[in-house]
Amino acid sequence: MSFFARFAQNRGALIGLIILLTIIAMAILAPLLFPESPWRMVQRPFLPPMEVDGFPLGTDTMGRNVAAGLMHGAWVSLLIGLVSTTVALAIGVPLGAIAGYYGGLIDDALMRFTEFFQTIPNFALAIVLVAIMQPSITSIVLAIAIVSWPPVARLVRAEFLSLRNREYVEAARLVGQSNTTIILRQILPNTLSPIIVLASLMVATAILLESALSFLGLGDPNVMSWGYMIGAARTVIRQAWWLSFFPGVAILLTVLALNLVGEGLDDALNPKLARERS
Amino acid sequence: MTDSQATPLLSLRHVSIALPKGADRALAVEDVSYDVFRGEILCVVGESGSGKSMAANAVMGLLPKGVYTSGGEAIFDGQDLLQLSEKQHRTLRGLRIGMIFQEPMTALNPLMRVGAQISEVFEAHGQFNTRERQQRALALLTEVGIPDPDKAIRAYPFQLSGGQRQRVMIAMALALEPELLIADEPTTALDVTTQAQILELIRDLQQRRGMAVMFITHDFGVVAEIANRVCVMRYGQIVELGEAEAVLKHPSHDYTRALIEAIPSDVIPEARGAETDTPLLEVVGLNKVFRSRGGLFKPAREVHALQDVSFSLVKGETIGIVGESGSGKSTLGRCVVRLERPDSGTLSLSGTDFMHLQGEALRRERHRVQMIFQDPYASLNPRHRVGYSIAQGPIANGTSKGQAMAKAKELLALVGLEGTDDRYPHEFSGGQRQRIGIARALAMQPELIVADEAVSALDVSIQAQILELLEELKQKLSLSLLFITHDLRVAAQICDHIVVMQHGRIVEQGPAREVFLAPREAYTRELLDAIPGREQALADA
Repeated sequence: MSFFARFAQNRGALIGLIILLTIIAMAILAPLLFPESPWRMVQRPFLPPMEVDGFPLGTDTMGRNVAAGLMHGAWVSLLIGLVSTTVALAIGVPLGAIAGYYGGLIDDALMRFTEFFQTIPNFALAIVLVAIMQPSITSIVLAIAIVSWPPVARLVRAEFLSLRNREYVEAARLVGQSNTTIILRQILPNTLSPIIVLASLMVATAILLESALSFLGLGDPNVMSWGYMIGAARTVIRQAWWLSFFPGVAILLTVLALNLVGEGLDDALNPKLARERS
Repeated sequence: MTDSQATPLLSLRHVSIALPKGADRALAVEDVSYDVFRGEILCVVGESGSGKSMAANAVMGLLPKGVYTSGGEAIFDGQDLLQLSEKQHRTLRGLRIGMIFQEPMTALNPLMRVGAQISEVFEAHGQFNTRERQQRALALLTEVGIPDPDKAIRAYPFQLSGGQRQRVMIAMALALEPELLIADEPTTALDVTTQAQILELIRDLQQRRGMAVMFITHDFGVVAEIANRVCVMRYGQIVELGEAEAVLKHPSHDYTRALIEAIPSDVIPEARGAETDTPLLEVVGLNKVFRSRGGLFKPAREVHALQDVSFSLVKGETIGIVGESGSGKSTLGRCVVRLERPDSGTLSLSGTDFMHLQGEALRRERHRVQMIFQDPYASLNPRHRVGYSIAQGPIANGTSKGQAMAKAKELLALVGLEGTDDRYPHEFSGGQRQRIGIARALAMQPELIVADEAVSALDVSIQAQILELLEELKQKLSLSLLFITHDLRVAAQICDHIVVMQHGRIVEQGPAREVFLAPREAYTRELLDAIPGREQALADA
């Protein structure tokens, strides 16, 4: 059975994938459907949804098209979520793996280094980093990655600690496999499940973190994002519910879709579950 | 002995227990009927998955979720236990039916003193006041033969040994003087000598109190020691039921016969000669101390796992390292394969100093000594196909992938698992996985194989097959084996030489036959006497 067929057997995962593809399609189609900048004021402010043709989701406090903002924002939010998570994994997984596998002094040193980051509140550190580097997509992605890798390192280390003394790892050591091979081929595949679950949550957190930064005015001033939209609409939530509702639903759906896809991936990658279902 | 006219204390009539959908069979127990009489010990014997524990669980009202009785009745003193509500069951448990479990560590609350746990039994049934409960607890601990009961009553479970914890469990089960005691593999997790003591205790208590005991075990040796009557089960059905002597001496069913034959019963090994005299493995004065890393406020702890251990193994020979848990036998094995590094001494493999190798040099020499691990479930990477699991050793040592995979296929055929190289480990049974483990060790063409409790996690009949396979491979490939085991019966079957260890030291070593027939040391004699069913086997021989 092919990998995709195994993946598709989990119905939730399939739904998640469809949602995710829709959001990606939104991001790609945005410049075609709404060629104008989402920042342009195009109608009178506070237009409720479905009242005027061409403004299915209404307009915001400044008269900008909410539908256009939502579609253009999809690109930024997804980009920030995925790239910052990838960067965080790229830092956290190797550090955790090395710390957990070698133990001893290496472990001590790496974990103290990790704790150094963990002791500073996430959000405060992110603000400081973005403020120093000037708000831009790159700086936001970097800041989010830097504050979110320590939990990855901790998780991977804990997994490695429990797996490194398994008999199959010892057997691999006995046949003369190198440490690199053992880490990459024996232990890492068995830590995939928790890493995938954590990563799908991290994408969600990253999207939310970006919203919070945008809300504080530390977003990239040139790009529309869901977080910025919610942040800007917060003060008028009682007069214009739709301003925060639609981007909120978009974030919720994205996070849900990512979790579902993560779970499906985990199932499909696990040989035991895959065979039992077939 | 049983008076067959008497009414049975517990009587199972056509009991069937259904498993949830998707299990490997529909009924865990199918139409099972047996009686337990007052003052007798009934052994229910079977291999794993035979349903031997299920019937007992149903009697206690402790069936796991999704499993339910689908028919029959269990009459205990006029009541059908299978119809009782949870509440009625609870009053019966402990009060009239006591139970002991396999794992004495997990069955006791680690954070409660032993005395309090026994008192709790009285408390649960609302008997006596606090002082009396304490006194009773003390009396019980004395009765089950715990050394220094005054101290033990204030001890926490982790301060007691495995055997002592099992005694505490027995004390708890006996607290309310039940008429029926159900013992579910109570000695399986224990060392042989401790097992012998616990069996003795159970038999003794049973006679003193005139209880009925339903003893569930997989070990025919234990049956020979303790049973009045035997009930042999397979696939949820009763295969044979009868007086212990009759069943053991003249089993009427093929399966029973196979089971009895599968026990490594020839406790007197044959004399075997070694092929050559050049030592392959030489161990001289090996020492290993484990130090736990001390913290700021706690001092480092030291455990002397190996002290001055010396022996040598000739090519083509099998040496059995025998000892109880904590004797250092596994540490010795791990030192020989260099998963641990000995502190001092000499360890040489056909002349090469194997002890001081490190890093890259060690990695290159590793293929010369391989290991077969104890736990067939943990020793194969669940994410790798078994063919690859076997081939990865040769690949790591420079064989091309195609060649290594072809060789893996051959090896799988050699261990009797032809054409299974593209399956995952979870698709195999325990015995089959152990075969794969053997194939993996053979793939490296090692000079020496260390088997660390390689068969102790397996059922007897599977155990016999694996031992047979090892024996066969030994002949075919002239392997040298270091066979580590706690089970003297297994050692007797396969080993040429025996090394007996205790507390990290070698107590006695010599040719297997000599050690078994004329043990020189008291400890060896003690170990041998503790083998369940030994007298039987000696009498038969």
